[in-house]
Amino acid sequence: MVPASYYLILSVVLFVLGALGVLLRRNALVVFMSLEMMFNASNLAFITFARMYNALSAQVVVFFVMTVAAAEVAIGLALMVEIFRSKRSVDIDQMNTLKG
Amino acid sequence: MNPAPFELSMLLAILPEILLVVLAALVLLLNLGVRHRAEGVLGWLTAIGLAVIAVLSAVFARPGDTPQLIFGGMLRLDWVSFSFRLLFLLGAAITVLVSLEHARTITGEYLALLLVSTLGMSLMASSANLIMLYLAIETTSLPLYLLAGYYVENQKSVESGIKYMLYGAVTSAVMLYGFSLLFGLSGTANLAMIPFRLTQTGVSPLLVGGALFLTLVGFGFKVSAAPFHFWAPDVYEGAPTPIAGFLSTASKAAGFAVLVRVLLVTFPQLASFWTLVVAILAALSMIVGNLLALTQRNIKRLLAYSSIAQAGYILVGVAADSPLGVAGMVYYLTSYLVTNLAAFAIVWLVAQQVGSEDLDAFSGLGKRNPAIALAMLISLLSLGGIPPLSGFIGKVLVFAAAVEAGQVALAIIGVLTSVIGLYYYLTVMKILYRPAVDEAPLKPSLSWRTAMLICVVLMLALGVIVAPWYGQSLAAASALF
Repeated sequence: MVPASYYLILSVVLFVLGALGVLLRRNALVVFMSLEMMFNASNLAFITFARMYNALSAQVVVFFVMTVAAAEVAIGLALMVEIFRSKRSVDIDQMNTLKG
Repeated sequence: MNPAPFELSMLLAILPEILLVVLAALVLLLNLGVRHRAEGVLGWLTAIGLAVIAVLSAVFARPGDTPQLIFGGMLRLDWVSFSFRLLFLLGAAITVLVSLEHARTITGEYLALLLVSTLGMSLMASSANLIMLYLAIETTSLPLYLLAGYYVENQKSVESGIKYMLYGAVTSAVMLYGFSLLFGLSGTANLAMIPFRLTQTGVSPLLVGGALFLTLVGFGFKVSAAPFHFWAPDVYEGAPTPIAGFLSTASKAAGFAVLVRVLLVTFPQLASFWTLVVAILAALSMIVGNLLALTQRNIKRLLAYSSIAQAGYILVGVAADSPLGVAGMVYYLTSYLVTNLAAFAIVWLVAQQVGSEDLDAFSGLGKRNPAIALAMLISLLSLGGIPPLSGFIGKVLVFAAAVEAGQVALAIIGVLTSVIGLYYYLTVMKILYRPAVDEAPLKPSLSWRTAMLICVVLMLALGVIVAPWYGQSLAAASALF
């Protein structure tokens, strides 16, 4: 059996990659994908701990997180379609109407 | 404390939440049948519904002498959840009434989203489990992202929605990772059980501190404390003004409810660490918020920076880690809720009429409608912490708690930055009474006037008659200690 620490290390790597993507990429769609990676890093950690402690509740968390992430993406895409209509781009740097 | 087995009476404990769902569904259903002209009716229905729910929750969903864990330990019925629930219902009702000033913008979806978000806040204040907490936070946030971007034809509003959602999603992802680590270190998701398990397993406090830090990112975003405040000015400026008011008050209060519960219940062993972190956040928020507010020309941005500073003052109460501090926090949040909602309501009214949110748009308000100018004056003075208004009592309580806890430096920073705050509040007041070209009288609608009356009366009442709500706040605080 693969030791739990491997999974945890993978989850940390995924989380850091996701965070870097969020910070460095300028395309809102790619930022969203990076966000999903961060959520899935937590999911992987939760599943690993679920096996470690034999706790079913932690596995259930994953379903909830996936549902929430899906809802979040639906909202995000809806907003992005609207901004694309006026700006013809989903570049984050171009969302600069609001500043001061 | 073990969760009680399921009984039917537990349903009574979540009666307000059930009724909120029912009301949201009802509003959506009626929205299908109501013609566009009659949307004011839906708004009144929602506001009255919220008032009825508040009364019913005060009567039926009262916590007993001892706090009770219900629904398998998912929720905790205590005076914290009780007090905050009333606060959220009040905030939502005022927001709905204020929104009605321009009833054409209000649809059933708007009201339903607002209700669902209120439901999420109510659950946030009573969550006793990491999973429940995460879901409650998301139930609050998701409708608010949509409401911030509600004016789809307005580019600013959509942009504010996207920004809010990106910041919100990132911080909630970080927070969720913190939750997963906490679960991993302790093996339980029950907030109250975590500290015992952590002591049993003897995990290094460094790891626990790391997990705590990740969760603080999420909470810091919710309460818009510096350095997690970058979203606030942009989002408040672009979002529909009543929603900006709702974000800055009820949503912030929900963040604080979660913050104190998690810090006090889950991390008592790390108190010396988190009081330091919270004190730093408080000092940063007070300094950054007040200094940046000085340079703002847009009233909504100014109020946004002011709300960051107010978050700092409230965090002073949290950093004290004492019953007085928490009671001060609850009192401050209540006072801040009515005060800031009133300020945003006036901004909403004036900006719609003048067509600009610049500070200069407010000149001549004293001539155009003396009563509204007076209400603005009162709310600005209350934000500045001038007696006999409610903001003064709030500030006294949190600063007293800081001094009592030996954090004199924090109290001094608070008092000094309050003076800066007073300066820019006074600048706005001066503009109110300056002569202006356009001096057409302002005539707000009945719903707007009702909301304003509630706010002003509460501002005065909380400033003069302190004992009843202070007692309630102390009861809430004692549920956590």
